[in-house]
Amino acid sequence: MMPYMEIGYLIGSVSFVVGLKMMGQPDSARKGNLVAAFGMAMAVIAALFFNSEGFHVINNLSYILVAILAGTVIGTLMAKRVQMTAMPEMVSLFNGMGGLSAALISIIEWRHLLNEAVNPERMSDMPAVSMGMYIPVIAGLIIGTISFVGSIVAWGKLNGKIGDFRFPSQQIINAVVLVAILGVAYLNYGEFNATQSSLYFYVTIALAVVYGLLFVFPIGGADMPVVISLLNSFTGVAAACGGFLYENKVMLMGGVLVGSAGTILTVVMCKAMNRSLMNVLIGMAGGNGGGSSTSASGGSVREVQGTDVAIMMKYASKVIIVPGYGLAVAQAQHVCHELENLLEAEGVDVKYAIHPVAGRMPGHMNVLLAESNVEYDKLIEMEHINPEFATTDVVLVVGANDVVNPAAKTDPASPIYGMPILDVDQAKQIVVMKRSMKAGYAGIENELFFHPKCGMLFGDAKASLQKLVNEVKAL
Amino acid sequence: MIAQYEQQNILNLIYLVVLMIFVGVELISHVPSVLHTPLMSGANAIHGVVLIGAILVMGNASADDTLSLVFGTLAVFVGTLNVIGGFVVTDRMLEMFKKKPKGEKAS
Repeated sequence: MMPYMEIGYLIGSVSFVVGLKMMGQPDSARKGNLVAAFGMAMAVIAALFFNSEGFHVINNLSYILVAILAGTVIGTLMAKRVQMTAMPEMVSLFNGMGGLSAALISIIEWRHLLNEAVNPERMSDMPAVSMGMYIPVIAGLIIGTISFVGSIVAWGKLNGKIGDFRFPSQQIINAVVLVAILGVAYLNYGEFNATQSSLYFYVTIALAVVYGLLFVFPIGGADMPVVISLLNSFTGVAAACGGFLYENKVMLMGGVLVGSAGTILTVVMCKAMNRSLMNVLIGMAGGNGGGSSTSASGGSVREVQGTDVAIMMKYASKVIIVPGYGLAVAQAQHVCHELENLLEAEGVDVKYAIHPVAGRMPGHMNVLLAESNVEYDKLIEMEHINPEFATTDVVLVVGANDVVNPAAKTDPASPIYGMPILDVDQAKQIVVMKRSMKAGYAGIENELFFHPKCGMLFGDAKASLQKLVNEVKAL
Repeated sequence: MIAQYEQQNILNLIYLVVLMIFVGVELISHVPSVLHTPLMSGANAIHGVVLIGAILVMGNASADDTLSLVFGTLAVFVGTLNVIGGFVVTDRMLEMFKKKPKGEKAS
């Protein structure tokens, strides 16, 4: 008898590793995703139609298939319909669904454990519940719940439904809640078959919900990618708990793989912003608000008109565009590409400067611009473009703010101090397109806007760019 | 019923955990930052493997245990959302990278 189930799980496990490996290279990334998806399909088929004895259709198959079908249809529609700009929140939402799934599994398994514990036929000299069963169940519950609640909050924050929310001594309260969760979970283990067992269980869930809220609420919007990546690895660990529970290797491997890869990815992202993970989690950036930050408001802002900018750009020999989230929000990537083509036709050298965290996630801006057919080799990463600013005539900053804030270099008191930035102030002229003088995601003033070389072009990025396109055409 | 607690099995699983941690770290360490978002999204889809657990939990639920069936069905549903949504979103992101000639594999 061939161990079909084991083979299905093995194919799944291996293809997760191979798929993730391939996703790390631009050329093979898309295939890698398909490899991982294929592995997942094999593992699901193995779980549905085989057990360790061979072919065996799982109980309640009809319910399962209906749920899978509904999930497939709705998941595909959601993923296909979402705007490219809203990708990060979509990822966060799907991550939350994984966490919810893990938490629900734990709730059901916990009830099984309790039923067994109160079974009168149980040997009285055995513990009410074994450690090897209890830990994966309760850990899956806690981590899954935190991941679910945290992801939903992150989702709400990214699409602007939920604002930042801070209160004094937040970190201490967070720590207390965390200790309380572990304490209650331990008490629950000690008195598993006692009457108050269910009470402990509900308190554990409630505390995990509270912790998930407190964990994400104080973290600024600019740091959301880091948080989503971290919650992603949490869900991985929650899935791995299920792997322990069922001694299921594909769940264990997939979960741990995501747990460790997600953690490293989180650290790498933090490095790209020159922040430590602790620093992000405590919610430093944008934290301590206006009071302590340097007020550059002494200078005055120079507003420029579209016509002037159009002339400036048309007769420049080199223009660098710095796209930011403002461009993404305004859906201005296509107009931006049009402007680029017009200028190129006039013999202007146009490039894009891509900060590692431009947009809402690393690589987000590349995806957006690639969508509007901007050539890949025009997108230059920060370390390669920075030396070029000195020889650039005009820098056009479209809806970016913190990534061009010189305070990151000059002001040790600034929350973004130390973050590598694009050295746009080296260029001969700077034009910043912005809707208003409102601070960026980090919530701080940008001295650049008061720089004598800098002109502000106020308005919606798409409308402003469209105006520029028309002006350049008319010239 | 749930699998029996056996020390040897637990140890074997711990071997797997340790090895997988190293594999995960090794896979991600040298990836260009351009690919961070798709990678996060791809990893997001992979932890949808929790769906297997949801399926197994349904297989264990007896037909008169309504609560388990409701929660289990919901777990399968949201697990599928995670898997399918995750892979489709990742594919859409990576679709954007296909046209590039050689591309910059900077950093």
